[in-house]
Amino acid sequence: MSDGARPIRLFRNLNAKIAAIPMILTALVVFVGGSLWTVVYSFTGSKLLPKKLFKWDDLFAIPVPEWIAKDGELNFEIPIGIVSRSWVGLKQYDRLWDAPRWVISVENLAIYGILSLIFSFVIGFMLAALLDQKIRFENTFRTILLYPFALSFIVTGLVWQWILNPEFGIQSIVRGWGYVGFTFDPLYNPNTVIFGILIAGLWQGTGLIMCLMLAGLRGIDEDIWKAARIDGIPMWKTYLFIVIPMMRPVFITTLVIIASGIVRVYDLVVAQTGGGPGIASEVPAKYVYDYMFQNQNLGQGFAASTMMLLAVAVVIVPWAYLEFGGKRRG
Amino acid sequence: MVDVTANLAGPSGPKPRKRFSRRNIFIYGTLGLIAMYYALPLYVMVVTSLKGMPEIRLGNVFAPPVEITFEPWVKAWAQACTGLNCEGLSRGFWNSVRILIPSVALSIAIASVNGYALANWRFKGSELFFTILIVGAFIPYQVMIYPIVIILREIGLYGSLTGLVLVHSIFGMPILTLLFRNYFASVPEELFKAARVDGAGFWGIYLKIMVPMSLPIFVVAMILQVTGIWNDFLFGVVYTRPDNYPMTVQLNNIVNSVQGVKEYNVNMAATILTGLVPLTIYFVSGKLFVRGIAAGAVKG
Repeated sequence: MSDGARPIRLFRNLNAKIAAIPMILTALVVFVGGSLWTVVYSFTGSKLLPKKLFKWDDLFAIPVPEWIAKDGELNFEIPIGIVSRSWVGLKQYDRLWDAPRWVISVENLAIYGILSLIFSFVIGFMLAALLDQKIRFENTFRTILLYPFALSFIVTGLVWQWILNPEFGIQSIVRGWGYVGFTFDPLYNPNTVIFGILIAGLWQGTGLIMCLMLAGLRGIDEDIWKAARIDGIPMWKTYLFIVIPMMRPVFITTLVIIASGIVRVYDLVVAQTGGGPGIASEVPAKYVYDYMFQNQNLGQGFAASTMMLLAVAVVIVPWAYLEFGGKRRG
Repeated sequence: MVDVTANLAGPSGPKPRKRFSRRNIFIYGTLGLIAMYYALPLYVMVVTSLKGMPEIRLGNVFAPPVEITFEPWVKAWAQACTGLNCEGLSRGFWNSVRILIPSVALSIAIASVNGYALANWRFKGSELFFTILIVGAFIPYQVMIYPIVIILREIGLYGSLTGLVLVHSIFGMPILTLLFRNYFASVPEELFKAARVDGAGFWGIYLKIMVPMSLPIFVVAMILQVTGIWNDFLFGVVYTRPDNYPMTVQLNNIVNSVQGVKEYNVNMAATILTGLVPLTIYFVSGKLFVRGIAAGAVKG
């Protein structure tokens, strides 16, 4: 095309471009811009400061919400958040990894994440395989197994807080049967609290995994089952060596979904334990929130969220490369 | 009409499966037990919310109520306290409704037009922006929370319901755009071309052909958004003032407030009340809900 056509090209398909403005803004400003902003400011000494202290020259002010005060009283003052341009290098990260609370958060997330991955996959696949046996009432069973997914993490956390309550819940029932020494109080024991959260998380999320797996199983050609049966291969072997390898794409998608959900774990912990007992069930997402909006330390919050971003990138980048990069070549 | 001789000739056709084969007992037994486990928390919630406090102190969480009382429900709805405020959950409920309706409408409007542009009116760079959008959906929200606080403050919407509506529309965009793009791409191209030949433009085709043809996917998107936005906690807590808090935030504040004696029955009544909207949608929509999450989760 000649050079003369150029100005017109921008306006060609103009309506579509106008329609896509929200998407473009979201992608560039919020997702890319916002993430970069946070990463950059994690290298600064940004803080929340009392009003008197800030100088307009090198600082600018940001309001910050105060969550409910510790005594349960609601208040909403707007303290002044200071986003500082004073570079402190990696100091925020040093402090972050020196903080016991952050280390515990990361450990908790690692335990929760690994166990949640394993159990989600195993339970989800087993349930899907059971439902795939051409059974009656499949819809009823699926409805029951999936309903927790419709509930919020807050509701999930509160229900399980109640069921795991040692005074009235499972522990008291088993003791009522005569096993007086029985103890099951995961939410009150710093060593096991994360497993209490895991129980609730799995109850909420496995239904979704089951649905994804079931969709994957249904996508497998019926003839493969027939062929395996004719060859006399036992069912478990067919699953293990034929069906599961064929479901690789479904597994990868599921993995990405579970993994990105794990890193975000926040509401569940807030509702079920509030991070306690002590700091035994803290998670990174809660660390970020508390430091940004309660503990007067923005820089720590930025550094912690950058670490979260890094953790997600380790999973997402290879996947995105396979998913999108591969397609363009093909 | 009954052919008696056929019966005398002996059985014919495939061997009927035994209803109580060992395999069936195993499958239904296992599924039954698992289903019970999954249903248990719902049962516990309902049962606890119908008991009086004395009965709760004596019994355990699974015992059915001896004397059914609806007082906890009334109390949770109208009198439960968060701090000094004792208006019950009703305020949170109406806040959630006021957040929900514009958020669902706006996010679906934006995403459907986006999806339509991506499917039928591609332009240079459109796929790139779309890829960024999808990959961006996996960025932890914590990374983007603060920059959005600044943006909202700059445009004067920080703390208001409008600001929260905007945030929900932004974070609903990736999955909804994907949903609509894939659906519109499956609409036969001939229809689109015929409409163009007849002189319809971008908006004409969208409003007169695409929207009427794709009502099911709009319903799926609505289900997805209603449950997602109703269940949100983080955005509600970050971007609104306490008098605008959505129901989930208020529920958490009621149940986990340190003050006073814990009233477990009121807490559970409040918990059910909060879960009622998404649960109703779930049980009414049935297969469409499954389709929604499957479409949202697995591409295509």
